[in-house]
Amino acid sequence: MTDTSRPRGGYIQRDRGWHPPAYHPGYKTSVTRSPQKALLSLPTTLSEETGPVFSQSIIGPRDNDLLHNHAADGESAIGSRILVYGQVRDQSGRGLPATLVEVWQANAGGRYRHQKETYLAPLDPNFGGCGRCLTDAQGYYEFRSVLPGPYPWPNGVNDWRPSHIHFSLFGEAFAQRLITQMYFEGDPLIWKCPIVNTIPSRQAIEDLIAPLDLNASIPMDTLAYRFDITLRGRRQTYFENRPEGL
Amino acid sequence: MPQSLNYLNESPSQTAGPYVHIGCTPNFSGINGLYREDPGSIMLNEKTLGDRISIRGGVYDGMGVPLKDALVEIWQADAAGLYASAEETRGQSDPNFSGWGRSPGDMESGEFVFETIRPGPVPYPDGRIQAPHITFWIVARGINTGLHTRLYFDDEQAANAQDPILSRIEQRQRLDTLIAKSESSGVYRFDIHLQGPEETVFFDM
Ligand SMILES: [Fe+2]
Repeated sequence: MTDTSRPRGGYIQRDRGWHPPAYHPGYKTSVTRSPQKALLSLPTTLSEETGPVFSQSIIGPRDNDLLHNHAADGESAIGSRILVYGQVRDQSGRGLPATLVEVWQANAGGRYRHQKETYLAPLDPNFGGCGRCLTDAQGYYEFRSVLPGPYPWPNGVNDWRPSHIHFSLFGEAFAQRLITQMYFEGDPLIWKCPIVNTIPSRQAIEDLIAPLDLNASIPMDTLAYRFDITLRGRRQTYFENRPEGL
Repeated sequence: MPQSLNYLNESPSQTAGPYVHIGCTPNFSGINGLYREDPGSIMLNEKTLGDRISIRGGVYDGMGVPLKDALVEIWQADAAGLYASAEETRGQSDPNFSGWGRSPGDMESGEFVFETIRPGPVPYPDGRIQAPHITFWIVARGINTGLHTRLYFDDEQAANAQDPILSRIEQRQRLDTLIAKSESSGVYRFDIHLQGPEETVFFDM
């Protein structure tokens, strides 16, 4: 008996006009790193409709707690304590269970723990800046961290990144693989950022802005932001153009 | 107004940025003690079935300069052509093979290396057989949406000639950008050119 509640067709083609174009001169590094020939558009095959499986056994108990996963015993990272949660779903709105969510971010001062980082803001010895978790049965994830600071970067002479968290998502199929960034409601730097502005429409940019969720906040402890992520969906089809047995 | 279809928009992509290694390969970037090993750093063990191969190469920008801040991932079938995926319905894949690899590139040269096995053939949706191939996914600072391409093998000429995807490449001279070159027994080189005369064929699949 086929489970008809799950679409089984090929993956819906990515809307390239919704995503940032590869070449965007406002983001200078994209100039020499953008393919200039047309992408070859083809329907997905098994190679794209399958994807890696991650076991809960690789996830440590503190992997989604950036406040403590790099901190000395009894200490925690410095900064505004935040909880970030949301649902990873596909374009049909179906929550994607047991999928890996990886995050990385700057510390509260806007500094990354990285050799090539040159910003003068100090490192926090108790903050590493990376975390991960698997989504639950309904596709929800959550992690705890500090509010990342904005930071300057070499592009124009005075470009600043808004506060943001980088997200890496897998979904169920390699066709869904996505890296994106989450921004915070109300940050005036969002609309001035050349990387944000590679995204063509205001509506699409707003899909990356997490609202403050006071109802999910923990009184006297942590503010919460909700960030839902949508990955590509499959076509619903009962009459798939495939021979029996595939 | 007709009924709404209620499809959601995919979340827009953003560049992985210069610090992707912090989040995806923390041990490589010097953040130790969080994860036992960097995800995707080991694809197989001594019990894995199939021919051992290694794949190395660089990612080059439009000026021919190798990237040192890229992250390259691969996804492939096992020796029998089965994927280690919950979505695989044709059978049980080799339990000693993950099918998924991730490389931050060498600290000095930026070159990626994957120690893996030669993938078996996988059917195309219409039942034809695809030539053995490995899916590549490349992200880096300056790449706004992850780039998707495929590696095929230079010693699979007959299978490549029949492959339903390779046959869709209109400019035949570009086909070469998808073929890994055998350097010695079991060692292949696969360079990826983001731009320029040798620009790799990238897919929208
Ligand atoms: Fe960043």
